[in-house]
Amino acid sequence: MSSNGAVSKNTETVKRGLAQMLKGGVIMDVVTAEQASIAEDAGAAAVMALERVPADIRADGGVARMADPEKILEIQAAVTIPVMAKCRIGHFVEAEVLQSLGVDYIDESEVLTPADEEHHVAKAGFDVPFVCGCRNLGEALRRIGEGAAMVRTKGEAGTGDVVEAVRHMRRVMSELRQIQHMRPDELYAYAKEIQAPLNLVEEAAELGRMPVVNFAAGGIATPADAALMMRLGSDGNFVGSGIFKSGDPALRARAIVEATTNFEDSALVAEVSRNLGEPMVGIANSSLQPEEMLAGRGW
Amino acid sequence: MSVRIGVLALQGDFAEHGAMLGRLDAEPVEVRQRSDMDGIAGLIIPGGESTTIGKLMERYALRGPIQALAEAGKPIWGTCAGLILMARDVGRRQPLLNLLDITVERNAFGRQTDSFETDLEIEGISGGPFHAVFIRAPVVRAVGPGVQVLSRLDDGTIVAVRHGRLFGTSFHPELTGDTRLHAGFVEMARHA
Repeated sequence: MSSNGAVSKNTETVKRGLAQMLKGGVIMDVVTAEQASIAEDAGAAAVMALERVPADIRADGGVARMADPEKILEIQAAVTIPVMAKCRIGHFVEAEVLQSLGVDYIDESEVLTPADEEHHVAKAGFDVPFVCGCRNLGEALRRIGEGAAMVRTKGEAGTGDVVEAVRHMRRVMSELRQIQHMRPDELYAYAKEIQAPLNLVEEAAELGRMPVVNFAAGGIATPADAALMMRLGSDGNFVGSGIFKSGDPALRARAIVEATTNFEDSALVAEVSRNLGEPMVGIANSSLQPEEMLAGRGW
Repeated sequence: MSVRIGVLALQGDFAEHGAMLGRLDAEPVEVRQRSDMDGIAGLIIPGGESTTIGKLMERYALRGPIQALAEAGKPIWGTCAGLILMARDVGRRQPLLNLLDITVERNAFGRQTDSFETDLEIEGISGGPFHAVFIRAPVVRAVGPGVQVLSRLDDGTIVAVRHGRLFGTSFHPELTGDTRLHAGFVEMARHA
C-alpha cells in the first residue's frame, strides 16, 4: 500500500482542474481583506484581489495596474478559498510577481490598462494558471493557445449592464455549436477565418464545448443576471463591481451565489431577489463611446 | 438494471462525476434540494469549494437528509471538498456532515502551484496504480476507530479512507479517464 509514482506539478490537468472545481460558483472582486471575508462568508468559490473595482477604474480614469502585493497578501491571509489577481495584458513581469506571491490564478485582464498592444503573456510557461477574457471563439482559443487554463466573457466591466456579457456568451456558444457540424476541410478554413489554432478548433469541435472552463464576466449585477448567464451556457460567474458597489454587499453576494446554483429555478431566483436593496447604479453600455469600452482591449 | 446515483450539485465539478457515472451502468441525478434525493442508491459529494458547498447545504437543509442516507446504509463518497465535508474536524468552523471520524487538513500541500498528479496504490483496487490528481487538496491527519486507510502518499500522508460504505478521497478520480473507483462505488450502491 505505497504509492510509487513520480509527482508532476503545474500540468495542464492540474491548471485546468482548479477551474473545474470553481464551476457552478461565483468569483467575486474584492479590494480589501474585509471584503474578501464577506465574500467567503457569502459562499464565493474564489475571490479576485484588485486595487479598485472596475466601476472605480472607469470613474477615476488614469492607468489601472496590478494590485499592491501587500493588499494581495492580506487578502490571502483572510480567506481559505482560492485568491486570484489581475495583471495587465502583456505585462509578464506583473504576472511573475503575482506568481511569486502564490496567487492561485492570474487574470490577464482588459479591465486593467494594457501594457502591450500586440502581445499577450506567454502563459504556458508559467506554473500558475491563467484566465483570460474573450468576445468570441477565436479570441478564446487564441488565449488557450497561449496557455490560458480558463476563459471568461469580457462583457463590459464596471457598468452593471449585462448586455455585452450576453453578446459574448451567445457568440461563443453559437460558434461552438456551428463547428460541431463542420467537415474537416471546413474546420481548417474556419480556424483561419477566426484566427485560432487549428488543433484547438478541432478539439472544441470534437468535445462540443470549450476545451477549458468558460465563465461569464462583465456587467453581472443581479441574481437574475447571474442565472441568465448560466442559462446561456456559462460554467459560473465572475461578479466585479456588482457586489461591493451595491447597497448591501453581503446580502447581494449570497443571492447571486444561490441564483448561480439554482439558475433553472425561477421561483428561487425570485425569492433571493427580494429586498436586496440598491443595485450598483450602472452605466448603460449604449451610452458609452467606443473608446470607453474595455472589451476592445486584447488582440 | 441502471442504478440512480445522486451527485451533490450545489457547486463544483458535479458534471464530471455525472459523466463518469454515465459511462457505467448508472444514472446520475443532480441533487440541489431534498426532493432530488428520492430514490437514489448512493451519493457522491464532488470537488469544489467546501465552504461554498457547505453553506448551500445548510441553506437548503440537506445535511439531515444526507446523514439519514448514510444511516440507511447507502454509500456516500466525497472527493476533495467532499472529503472535507464528510469529516468530523477540519480545524476551523464551517458546516460539516460529520460522517467520517477523521481530522482533515485543508489545502495541506499549499497553494495552486503546489497542486500535482501522481500514481497511487489503493487498497481494494486491482489492475495497477491509480492516476490521482490533487488540486489544492486536503489530507487526512488522523483517523478514529473503525476508519480504514485505503491509500497513502510515499511519505505516509493519508489520501483515501473508508468506514463501512462511506468513502473519502483527497484526489479527483472524476478528472481522469479511470472509472475503477466509480465502478466499485456503483456496484456497492446497487447491492446496498
